[in-house]
Amino acid sequence: MFGQGIKNFFDKHRPKFEKGGKLHPFQSVFEGFETFLYVSDATTKKGSHIRDYIDLKRTMIFVVIALVPTLLFGMYNIGFQHFKAIGEIADTSFFEVFIYGFLRVLPSLVVSYLVGLGIEFTFAQIKGHEINEGYLVSGILIPLVLPINTPLWMTAIAVAFSVIIAKEAFGGTGMNIWNPALIARAFLFFAYPSHMSGESVWIRLGDNADKVVDGFSGATPLGLALNGVLDYNIWDAFWGFIPGSVGETSTFAILLGAAFLIITGIGSWKIMLSTTLGALFVGILLNTFAVNAFMEIPFWHHLFLGGFAFGAVFMATDPVSASQTETGKWIYGFLIGVMAIIIRVLNPAYPEGMMLAILLMNTFAPLIDHYVVQGNIRKRIKRATVKVQS
Amino acid sequence: MSKTIKIKKGFDIKLKGKAETIVGSTPAERLYALKPADFPGLKPKLLVKADDTIKAGSPLFIDKSQPEVVFTSPVSGKVVAINRGERRRILEVEIESDEKFESETFSIAEPKSLKGEQIKDALLKSGLWPFIVQRPFGVVASTKIVPRDIFVSGFDTAPLATDYEFTLASETDTLQAGFDALSKLTTGKVFLGLRQGSKFGSIKGVEINHFDGPHPAGNVGIQIHKTAPINKGDVVWTLSLQAVLFIGRLFKTGKLDLSKTIALAGSEVEKPQYYKVYSGCSVQNLLKGKTQNKVGERIISGNVLTGTQIEPDGYLGFFHNQISVIPEGNQIEAFGWAAPGFTKFSASKTFFSKLLPKKEYILDANLHGGERAFVVSGQYEKVLPMDILPVYLLKSIIVNDFDKMEQLGIYEVLEEDMALCEYVCTSKIEVQEILRKGFSTMLKELA
Repeated sequence: MFGQGIKNFFDKHRPKFEKGGKLHPFQSVFEGFETFLYVSDATTKKGSHIRDYIDLKRTMIFVVIALVPTLLFGMYNIGFQHFKAIGEIADTSFFEVFIYGFLRVLPSLVVSYLVGLGIEFTFAQIKGHEINEGYLVSGILIPLVLPINTPLWMTAIAVAFSVIIAKEAFGGTGMNIWNPALIARAFLFFAYPSHMSGESVWIRLGDNADKVVDGFSGATPLGLALNGVLDYNIWDAFWGFIPGSVGETSTFAILLGAAFLIITGIGSWKIMLSTTLGALFVGILLNTFAVNAFMEIPFWHHLFLGGFAFGAVFMATDPVSASQTETGKWIYGFLIGVMAIIIRVLNPAYPEGMMLAILLMNTFAPLIDHYVVQGNIRKRIKRATVKVQS
Repeated sequence: MSKTIKIKKGFDIKLKGKAETIVGSTPAERLYALKPADFPGLKPKLLVKADDTIKAGSPLFIDKSQPEVVFTSPVSGKVVAINRGERRRILEVEIESDEKFESETFSIAEPKSLKGEQIKDALLKSGLWPFIVQRPFGVVASTKIVPRDIFVSGFDTAPLATDYEFTLASETDTLQAGFDALSKLTTGKVFLGLRQGSKFGSIKGVEINHFDGPHPAGNVGIQIHKTAPINKGDVVWTLSLQAVLFIGRLFKTGKLDLSKTIALAGSEVEKPQYYKVYSGCSVQNLLKGKTQNKVGERIISGNVLTGTQIEPDGYLGFFHNQISVIPEGNQIEAFGWAAPGFTKFSASKTFFSKLLPKKEYILDANLHGGERAFVVSGQYEKVLPMDILPVYLLKSIIVNDFDKMEQLGIYEVLEEDMALCEYVCTSKIEVQEILRKGFSTMLKELA
């Protein structure tokens, strides 16, 4: 059997990687690959004799699968925006457009995984625990939330910062307070602002920079709106044919992922729904009291613009940094929606608020949970005292 | 005032090998054992030595912390060995049956006519007292406490569990005597939890509540939580319906008769069905020729969620009414975490088995993954029909925060109530082990 052969191979070489072995510094890498190739033969020793087939690897892989439509569309859109900018989109085949984007996105994916997993393996080795699967998802999320023109070295620094400072410093997967992928983006946003917003970062022009058509602007709809210009087609925004970070433009592709996450029960529909409700709520308020062009954006357009949908489906739902209680999830999500649109529309410095809204609510999630837990405790105490009085 | 309580949360694990309602014949077992480990936290003091001749109901050891609690032999014969483990801890008191099944003589009485103290004495002397499980913490009932209420669940929803409607239905008279005795031990009520339409609905002098829904609806802990939850300072007792029958028999016959009908079930059993045995019996003959005898069978005394793994010549646990045999599953699976999983039964919705459900599945004892930190949230809540925040409770135990454990409801749960949380856990966290650790620290703190 294939699996058994592989296992025999690993068993044969295991001693070299164990303490005292020549290759001991690579033990975590060895074990990481081993558990990747096959589910171990370990059986239950205590407690329940049977365990569900699901494990963290499968959970994480399902998030990655949910991201595939977004990733593929993102690749296509990078090509699309390129050829549109130089006025050749009508003459270029679908395949060429996709390949153009594919070749531009691939390097940042590779850098993200190499740097991120490298650090994870190192930490696992130092701390002597198994490799955690968390980075499987972060590794694909980070390139998807960055503009295509982000230099690879920047991606590498951002990944390193996020994995070391935002995750491992707190104890690794399951212990982090903020969503690691968003920390990577926030790091770049504040460290290299000129590379994270503006008109020149969203569209890869490459060698064809001198060929751009007249009247070309690389700004995102939200970037334009900040300057009082409402110039976008909402259905282009829905399908994703607008400038933006690699993975965030197509609400449609994101919805495919959302459906997959909800059907498989991996992503919290409560958070997705409450985030949407929060955004709609503020959107309606802003429409009601609109005094400028940005506030006049029809409230439901906000769902299709910028990073809202991507954040609501893939970022806000990260179970570690989100609220852990079921009641808390409603509050947490709603406030993300509220904050995202407030920052987006009312703060003149940032044309997009989703990232900051989620990071802010990540910070407050433990507080929300604290009050939910206190509520549970109070109910229990009340029950006990009522009985004593009777 | 009978209520019907609908329980929505929970999960029925569809295991292959449910026992058919036939009582098969099996040669009587020669060896029996009483295992102190079946009683959490018990420190036994031996009263017998090898070669002592005993009858059913003869004392074998006592509880050091309350010496009036006597643990007695289930059958007549002689003590063959005292098996000890690390630090001379007693693992088993082994008894060889003389196959006469003689009992010490206890008095025959109508429990209704007895006082609480007399019933207590009879239970203590006969060795039936340890069948009373005290909550909080699931310890042997204290003789100095009068419990607030007594709870009995009349059905078991655990995977492949014994169906009391089959094994005990003809003994309602004896059960009634047992319940009459119990009602003298509390100033509160005796609650009996049943399925709608149960044959035990005719039992008098108890408050019957009906419970509808998946496992763990049959767990007495869930039933307590839904009817009269345990608050700080409360002490309640629980018994299995089987134990109530033993008590009834004691008063009706004046004998300790621990014979019971148990289920031999699981995918590895050739013909899963019921067998009549005595408490504490060896499973050697019971299993001989009845399992598929493939390499790597796991034999469990009790059910697959909470039972104890035993050897092929091991013994049936004190509280157990079933033997489950499942594959050990100590094989690797290439890219197992990525497989579509048409035959993999899961509480999650990430396997194709959800789309093409089968009636029953073979589940093995493989962990199916490595242990991780808590990552996924909301998973335990789906299978715990209690107003408790399970992950927060477990975390309070992990950090040893007594106040929080108390505030978050540690008094209300036992391992069995949260065993499903452990089953569904993506991070493979040892929920039952953590809980037991919490109970021990609380017991020490409160002592």
